[in-house]
Amino acid sequence: MPDWLLTGILILAKLGFVFFLLLTGAAYLVLLERKLLGRMQLRYGPNRVGPFGLLQPMADAVKLITKEDFIPSQADRVLFFIAPGIAAVTALLTFAVVPFGPPITLFGRQVPLVICDLNIGVLYFLGLSSLAVYGVTLGGWASNSKYALLGSIRALAQLISYELSMGLAIVPVVLMARSFSLTDIVNAQATVPFAVLNPVAFLIFLISILAESKRTPFDLPEAENEIVAGFHTEYSGMRFGLFFLGEYINVIILSSMMTVFFLGGWHGPLLPGIVWFFIKVMLVAFFFIWTRGTLPRFRYDQLMHFGWKVLVPAALANVMITGAILLLLE
Amino acid sequence: MNLYQDIKAIVQAYWVTLRNMLRRPVTIQYPEQKRVPFERYRARIVLTRDPDGGERCVACYLCSAACPVDCISMQAAEDENGRRYAAWFRINFTRCIFCGMCTEACPTRAIQMTADYEICRRDSLSLVYEKEDLLIDGPGKEPDYNFYRHAGIGVVSPRGGNEDEKPPADVKSLLP
Ligand code: SF4
Ligand code: SF4
Repeated sequence: MPDWLLTGILILAKLGFVFFLLLTGAAYLVLLERKLLGRMQLRYGPNRVGPFGLLQPMADAVKLITKEDFIPSQADRVLFFIAPGIAAVTALLTFAVVPFGPPITLFGRQVPLVICDLNIGVLYFLGLSSLAVYGVTLGGWASNSKYALLGSIRALAQLISYELSMGLAIVPVVLMARSFSLTDIVNAQATVPFAVLNPVAFLIFLISILAESKRTPFDLPEAENEIVAGFHTEYSGMRFGLFFLGEYINVIILSSMMTVFFLGGWHGPLLPGIVWFFIKVMLVAFFFIWTRGTLPRFRYDQLMHFGWKVLVPAALANVMITGAILLLLE
Repeated sequence: MNLYQDIKAIVQAYWVTLRNMLRRPVTIQYPEQKRVPFERYRARIVLTRDPDGGERCVACYLCSAACPVDCISMQAAEDENGRRYAAWFRINFTRCIFCGMCTEACPTRAIQMTADYEICRRDSLSLVYEKEDLLIDGPGKEPDYNFYRHAGIGVVSPRGGNEDEKPPADVKSLLP
């Protein structure tokens, strides 16, 4: 077999694996969330479709696909069509740089368990998460509905504000790992995860990804009891499904990023690396769900207040202090 | 300090949800587990018989008049003894709100409510119950009551000789 063919096959296999895992993962994350929220409210959650409700995602998909695909008459059709796609695709693309396991040896060659080990992986992640705002904003704007517009304006302002503190929380990580590549960042945490070394950045990042994924307590863009369903008010059927999918893939992505940046990636005793990675991602995802079951929604001014007057200054100070300490240690 | 209070409140909230997550759900899983309703639960209506097996209903229309949604209808008739009965009796359960006014109005204890709450149907016409569907064999919640033993019976002398009646109290003996 020629060398390039083997490389191609390996890349395709990795792509297929990640794609499959991400989509089923998102579908089952929805189920997990519904189940856990149910248990937190002393109910069972979905348990009718299949054993323990395990086929519920299938039933949901069938339902979403067979629903009427409604387009408001005054909507901007092109933007209305592509917005859910942008939301889902940007979420999917981000996973390309996430290293989900230590390199393995296949057919006598080293295969890194990451689709593309970009040397600027951090920037790629930040860039795509900024692009994801377009899906939400265009979707809300194109549906020509007041509630959708309100939702997308909120999303726009919120995501941009919190991306700032998220980016600033990653800067200490980059400083400590001395690299923009996610694989190098994970390798730098072989002994001690950065969450221990820099708990402030860890906390800021945690709060920022909650806001970044538009979930409680920061779910203002889709606050049901204020603005119907926010930016996806007018969406139905599988178009809504794509927004939904994008949101849950986003949760997985942000959990993976949390794992990579602060929890030491695949490093861990005893178990194989890929299992450790999975466990850590699930723990962070559980925290997302737990938060949704626990905290009420912020008021919008509180959200902006908190983002700009607390998180950003704290993150900035943290960058300076980390930088100073690193300089001193040299 | 205020910040300390806030953080404490948030941590406590997380603890509450975590604790509840590990508790048993209170859900009654309906088709498999059924809730046992209370004795006086108001659901599907039946027409009962007196202890001797005769129909209690005398077609007096009181229940139909008392019904706030007008879902009872009937036709009165007389048998060879001159006793009234309902030639047909119909309750439309699609309209019934299970308020129990009919049972309260009924002088003969004929119409009674049962605890059978599972009366959902796909075909709403099948929820129009005729007399055959309503009439049951037993006396329901009033096992000993027979209307005709109390109504239309003359006063006997000395007073208080009728069934279920006590002799009149001697007021003088009640004095202290
Ligand atoms: S329960 Fe109420 S609504 Fe139903 S038949 Fe009796 S009086 Fe009418
Ligand atoms: S009130 Fe009782 S006796 Fe009168 S018609 Fe109704 S069921 Fe019959």
